[in-house]
Amino acid sequence: MKKDLNLLLAGFGGQGLLFAGKVIAYCGLIEERQLSWLPSYGPEMRGGTANCGVSISDEPIGSPLVVAPNQLIVMNQPSLEKFIDAVPAGGLVLVDSTMISARVTRSDVTVHYVPATAIAEDEGLKGLANIILVGKLFAEYPFCEADTLTEAIRKSVPASKKEMFDFNVRAAKLGMDYGS
Amino acid sequence: MAEKVLMKGNEALAEAAILSGCRHFFGYPITPQTELAAYMAKKMPKIGGTYLQAESEIAAINMVLGASSAGVRVMTSSSSPGISLKSEGISYMAGSDLPALIVNVQRGGPGLGGIQPGQADYWQATKATGHGDFHLIVFAPSTVQEMVDLVFKAFELGDKFRTPVMILADGMLGQMMEPVELPDTSAVQQFDKSWAANGHGGKRKKNIINSLYLDPYLLEKTIRERQKRYDQIIAEEQRFESVMTEDADVVVVAYGASARVSRSAVNQARAEGIKAGLLRPITLWPFPNDAISKLADTAKSFVTVEMSMGQMVDDVRLAVNGKKPVYFTGRTGGVIPTPAEVLAKIKEVSGEPPRA
Repeated sequence: MKKDLNLLLAGFGGQGLLFAGKVIAYCGLIEERQLSWLPSYGPEMRGGTANCGVSISDEPIGSPLVVAPNQLIVMNQPSLEKFIDAVPAGGLVLVDSTMISARVTRSDVTVHYVPATAIAEDEGLKGLANIILVGKLFAEYPFCEADTLTEAIRKSVPASKKEMFDFNVRAAKLGMDYGS
Repeated sequence: MAEKVLMKGNEALAEAAILSGCRHFFGYPITPQTELAAYMAKKMPKIGGTYLQAESEIAAINMVLGASSAGVRVMTSSSSPGISLKSEGISYMAGSDLPALIVNVQRGGPGLGGIQPGQADYWQATKATGHGDFHLIVFAPSTVQEMVDLVFKAFELGDKFRTPVMILADGMLGQMMEPVELPDTSAVQQFDKSWAANGHGGKRKKNIINSLYLDPYLLEKTIRERQKRYDQIIAEEQRFESVMTEDADVVVVAYGASARVSRSAVNQARAEGIKAGLLRPITLWPFPNDAISKLADTAKSFVTVEMSMGQMVDDVRLAVNGKKPVYFTGRTGGVIPTPAEVLAKIKEVSGEPPRA
């Protein structure tokens, strides 16, 4: 039985969280599962916080609004503060520790600190901290087959930007290998 | 079977309209509907169609009226405040027996309201989109796939019954992505439009498209003739989805985004041993009276869930006709209810004391 995903990605507009969510949504599509992808939209997208919820399941998705994320990826301090208490006990939290210096004080959730933005800079993958975190999510909570993730990246990157495909795959690999 | 693709509701609806043979789009941008117009702006010029951003919603709907008069498949889309502006033109189209697709990707109101999803335009869509004795056929999709499938149905029924048709969606359905299968177009029906004012070339009597009748007896005659078509629509076109209602004590009635939230709540209620079911209207006009009236014999109570202060609940009460209590719960102003809130209401009406 495949794992259900009930993921919230949150951070600043421009960090690529909607794109990262789309890659994950494609994983569900490729494996012919039920899924939904719902972005926040509105004034908060212009420079403020942006977030998107992705649900993948074998059952039809009821509400696509992820109010109690079992998985949370956060890339800025306000998002951590806003969403950390919404994660149910036993949940998984991935924190971009380049962007967020605070530590999670809850002891009933699993937290991984990944300096994703710094890794991306160092590896010449500026702007792909989002995909590094997707790789880490996959490593900690394999919600699909490894090949599926690569294929999902292929589907998400425009065909005209072929070199971006390689960069994204490398970013995902860096995330998978981080801390293991 | 076609491959499934990932699309936003707004974009999927636009593509479905093109596949349905619609080549004319007139509109004016407004959140949360804009992706639909943007998709049309990109695509229409490439396939020999017309995309026109009018100077206002009022202009756009009158362009729709003109294009429909010429017998082509035509549509417009907007969100709540924009639909209010279009309402005069929609009444004129109904009075002129002109088909068209009008999409309302609802947001919170009244006034400019907000830009988050809403369902507070139910009364407007089903009772009084404009002045006068008329109805629109109103579809309420609840998935991105239905955003596609109901577009085909909307154009078909619009042409068949010569009436404007509305798809009443909301910001959540417009913005979200889900897997969607775009149907092949071989099943798209063409209808006789010999009534169209598209040039007679001296070979036939001229057609006149008009909603003005100064002779009251003549006006009454046209309204009565149109009512016969409405009666046929009421008899033939009531659509709904029924989930676990056969043995349900509590029947939740919800459409669109609220129905998705309600489905989660109903599943949760069942898991906790409460016999709950979901009746989801797919047509809001004609309202699925017959299905609800039948359930009034077996259910103990009804709960409507809406993103409004309670509008569809009136129609549920009319259908239940006093046989059983009908309750309401919901959020408004752009707030989406949670499954937990709906579950709490189901428990309350099913007699279980609420948990502390």
